[in-house]
Parts: sequence; structure tokens; C-alpha cells
Amino acid sequence: MAMATATDRPAQLKPVSLKTETAVEMIGVHKWYGEFHVLRDINLKVTRGERIVVCGPSGSGKSTMIRCINRLEEHQQGKIIVDGVELTNDLKRIDEIRRDVGMVFQHFNLFPHLTILENCTLAPIWVRKMPKKDAEEIAMHYLTRVKIPEQANKYPGQLSGGQQQRVAIARSLCMSPKIMLFDEPTSALDPEMVKEVLDTMVTLAEEGMTMLVVTHEMGFARQVANRVIFMDAGQIVEMNTPDEFFKNPQHERTKLFLSQILH
Amino acid sequence: MAITTEPVAYVRGTPIAEQPPPLMARGWVAWVRENLFSSVGNTILTLIALYIIYLVVPPAIRFFFLDAVWTGSDREACLAASVGREVGACWAYVDAKFSYFVYGSYPWDERWRVDIVFVLGAIGIAWLLWLDAPKRNLGALYFFVIFPVVAFILLRGSTAVGLERVDTSLWGGILVTLVVSIVGIVVSLPLGVLLALGRRSRLPLVRLASVIFIEVVRGVPLITVLFMANTMLPLFLPGNMSPDRLLRPLVGVALFASAYMAEVVRGGLQAIPKGQYEGAMSLGLGYWRMMRLIILPQALRIVIPGIVNTFIGLFKDTTLVSIVGIFDLIKTVEVTLVDPTWATPVTRLTGYAFAGLFYFICCYGMSRYSLAVERRLAAGQKR
Repeated sequence: MAMATATDRPAQLKPVSLKTETAVEMIGVHKWYGEFHVLRDINLKVTRGERIVVCGPSGSGKSTMIRCINRLEEHQQGKIIVDGVELTNDLKRIDEIRRDVGMVFQHFNLFPHLTILENCTLAPIWVRKMPKKDAEEIAMHYLTRVKIPEQANKYPGQLSGGQQQRVAIARSLCMSPKIMLFDEPTSALDPEMVKEVLDTMVTLAEEGMTMLVVTHEMGFARQVANRVIFMDAGQIVEMNTPDEFFKNPQHERTKLFLSQILH
Repeated sequence: MAITTEPVAYVRGTPIAEQPPPLMARGWVAWVRENLFSSVGNTILTLIALYIIYLVVPPAIRFFFLDAVWTGSDREACLAASVGREVGACWAYVDAKFSYFVYGSYPWDERWRVDIVFVLGAIGIAWLLWLDAPKRNLGALYFFVIFPVVAFILLRGSTAVGLERVDTSLWGGILVTLVVSIVGIVVSLPLGVLLALGRRSRLPLVRLASVIFIEVVRGVPLITVLFMANTMLPLFLPGNMSPDRLLRPLVGVALFASAYMAEVVRGGLQAIPKGQYEGAMSLGLGYWRMMRLIILPQALRIVIPGIVNTFIGLFKDTTLVSIVGIFDLIKTVEVTLVDPTWATPVTRLTGYAFAGLFYFICCYGMSRYSLAVERRLAAGQKR
């Protein structure tokens, strides 16, 4: 099977669509865990179709930032507007936003008591009120796209980490999300399985999905990202195109970080 | 330092073929030697255990089977003096009183109604417990909605359908034991789940109410709850409404069991990783759907042993309703003990042995069933 890798695939990425619709907007967002100031004045505007990679040392608030976007974390100050809707305490509105924002977690978070197929059809059936047959059809379509249709009737525990993560991606895609969030999707995987997940994500990027990816995979960032964001101590320290970001880091902290991860 | 003779570099030439594990074929002699007489201490323990078995089992078999009296019409059959040999359990007495043990004082001519309820209930339980049964949704509807209504009409009677009304004070025996425990079991699980969710709720008022209920009910003996249900329930209800005599302990038992159930379920909820909640939320599932489809199925599965434990405890605790004047199985046994027709030295032991057997069969059945379910669920999702 001739599968392009995350690193050698030629960059044939669709340009960002010309009508600059905003997918996500964060304006002056602050968040505290108790006394600890995790997010400090985050300002970010993500255009539809844009692919953003967020990197930074652990504890810098990058996961917290993207988890705020679908309200898995609550922000205490500032504004977050997702797909034109502001996130408030209105639970109904939050659920509506979550339907359209897919999320892939570091530890997959598949439902172990359901089969792969049931994992994928659950939300379409119960949230989108889709007939079971249609939902299964769509699920099989996406499972085929992440290259594991033959595992549909197995349980998550019977799959490898890489396969589970691809199921998690398929599960999100079954809700036809407008935005996809990835929270360190390859950090819990064996080195041999990272590639298969990254390949899936590259394919997704090529199709024009709006993506926010927290990752340490700099090869992926170079190849796929429109913008790379570097965070430290709860702040956005530097933001640039991947070329400039890696060749020409401006901030001292960025230089230090890059020097430590790129050998 | 010694120079190592081992080569530093190594490359495998031929792969090692798969081999079967070594054979462990051993006879029972080897098994006995290894498990029972492997050391001096174990040998002594084995001998002591054998002696205890020798002390207990043969006399028990003799009393309950060999010397037992199986037929007879009154106490004469079970008296050593009149039989002329040593007398064991007086099963003839159980046989004679059996229908009282089952129905209590339920009127003779109406007992067919109870029989129908037993059969309908058995169908419903079998339908639900048999995991591969067809149309289990319909089975649940039948058991939780249709059956209770039909059973209530049949047991209590209703002039509307031309059935004579039978007051609950006439109910008794196994009928009452089963009614109290099944109602207790069926009510306590959903109520317990709600209380457990309430206790973990983010709404302070809901949480407080759940905590107070659980702690108060759990912190009080069942007997107290029963007395309180018996005397206080009428006070809570408006005007001259007086709840049925059987209904009061029924409510008491159900509430008591649900407090325990809540803590069991809470244990299960705490075992579910945060990622499961986040996974469900990120798909846009609301709270109740998330709980019903993702969290509770996993949480309840984890605590099946605890749930069954509570059920078994509840089933046996129903004997306490006799304290507020309800004729459960134990109470009916006790009543027959003073019947002069069957007053013999062995009657008491036989009666309690019968009740014990009944409870054991029911509880052991629950236990085995839950083990089978656990095994089956474990096979379904190998981790």
C-alpha cells in the first residue's frame, strides 16, 4: 500500500477560502484555576478552513485554550465566539456548539462498552436524530476513510492505540463538524503508530477542515499549518507562518523551545 | 577485570518457532498432595477440616433426610414416642402448612389469583433475565408497567372487574415476601441512581437534598425506618387519607434500600474516567443522554456485585416487616409453630429450615445470575 507519510507528502493544501469567514474568535480571554492564572489575555481569530498548530511547553495552557473553545473548560473573562455564537452559560447553546465542533483527545476517550460502529453512530442517532441506517452508512464511510472499516464490530479495547485514535477521528467526523480540535492526538501513541494518525489528519487538512491542533509534531506543523502559535505561561508568545516560525523565531522563549525540540 | 567471552554483537539467524506450553498432566493424587498435604501445617488443617465435616455433615443428612418424616396428618407422625424411632425434620408439617406459607390468610377461593400473579411474574422475570430473549424492550414494558397493574388488580381485587376485594391484612407468606422484595428492588435501583446522580450534581440544592436523604436513611436502622413509615406516613398525607398497612413498610423498605443503592452506584460513577464525560460532552450529548448512554451503562456494570449485594440484603431484610405486623414468610412460620396440631420438638427447626432454604435458593440464584451476567459482559468487551 502506497501511503504518503506526514513528512514526505507534497504540500498540496487548499488555500484558505477567499471569503474570510471567522470560525473561532477569542477576545481577551482569561482563565484561572483557583489562584493560578492559566490563560492570560488570549486573542485569536481563526478563519474558516485555517489550520493552526499550537505548541509550547507543558503547562503553558495550550490544551486549556482549545478546550475552552468547546467549553470543556470555562473561561472567566473575555469572549469566545464559535461559528458566530458566543459561549455563555446557556447549556443548550453549548450543546449546539459542541455538535459542530469535533474534538480528538490525547487518550482517545472512546466508549469501551460500545462497538466501534456504535461509537460512531451514537451521536448522529441521538443528537442529530438520524435514522440508524443512515448513521451506520455514514459511520462506515468515515471508518473506511480512516482505513479501518473491518474493525467496525470490535470493541475499542481490541484495537491498537493508533487504530483507536483513528476511530476517535472518524467518530468526530460522523457529526460533520465545522471545526476540529485536536488535543495532543499523538502523545499517547507508540512511535510506530504516530504516522497513521498524522496521515489521517493530513488528509483531513487537505479537504479544507478548520483545525486547531495542539501537538509536538513539528513535521506536521511545517507541512499542514497555516499558522503556528507558540504559548508559554498562559500567553501567546509568538504566532507566525510555519516557515517564518521555524526559520526565524523572534522571541527568546521561542528560540529556546525550538532549540530544545529540533535537534 | 575479567574479559567477557560473550560476543557483543548478535543478529538472529533463524526465528524460533512457536511451541506448545509444557504439559501439566497430573492425576488427582498429585492434586491432593499439592493442595491438601503439601506441608505439615496444611496436613493438620486438612485433617481438622475433615473432622469438622465429619461432625456436621452426617448428622445433618441424618436429621434432614434419613430420619425425616415425609408424610403424616398431625403431630403423631413426628413424635419419637409414637413413631418408635429417632425423628428428624418433620417435613409432613411443612407439607401441611405449605399453602399457608405461600399465601398467608389469603382466602382459599381466591388463591388462583395469586397463582396467576406468580406465573405472570415468573414470565416477566424470565423475559428480563434471559439476555437473549426476543423483544426485551417489550419485556421491560410488560414487567415494569403492565405486570404491576395487573398484579395489583388481581391481588387486591377490584369491583370494576368483578374480583372480590382482598384486604392486604390477609396477604401473607411468600406472597408478601416477594411483593415487598420485588417492589423494593424495582424501586430502589432507579431511585438509587437518581440519588447518586443528585449527590454528584453541580446544583447545590439537589446535592444537599440527596446527601441529607442518603445520610439520614442510611444512618438509621431499618426497624426505625419501618416504624417511622408505619406511624409517620399517615401524618404526611393530607386529611383522612390513610395509606394501606402493607404499603407503609413497602415504602420504608424501598427508601431504605435506595439510600444504600445510591452509595453503591456513586462508587461506580467515581470509577468512570473524566475522559468518558468529556468524550460524550464533546459530541454534544446533553447531561441525561450522556448519563444514560455512556456513563451509567459503564458505572452500573462495574458495581454489579455491589448492586446484587444490596438486593440480597434487601431480600433478607424484608423479614423485618413482621415487626410492623406484616405476615411475611418468617412470620407465617412462627404463627404455625404455636399450632397444637403440629407441636413437636422438631417443628421449630423444620419450619426455620424451610424458610432458610427458601431464602438461600433465592439469594444464591441472584448471586449466580449476577456472576453469569458479569462474565458475559466481560466477554463482550475484552479490554
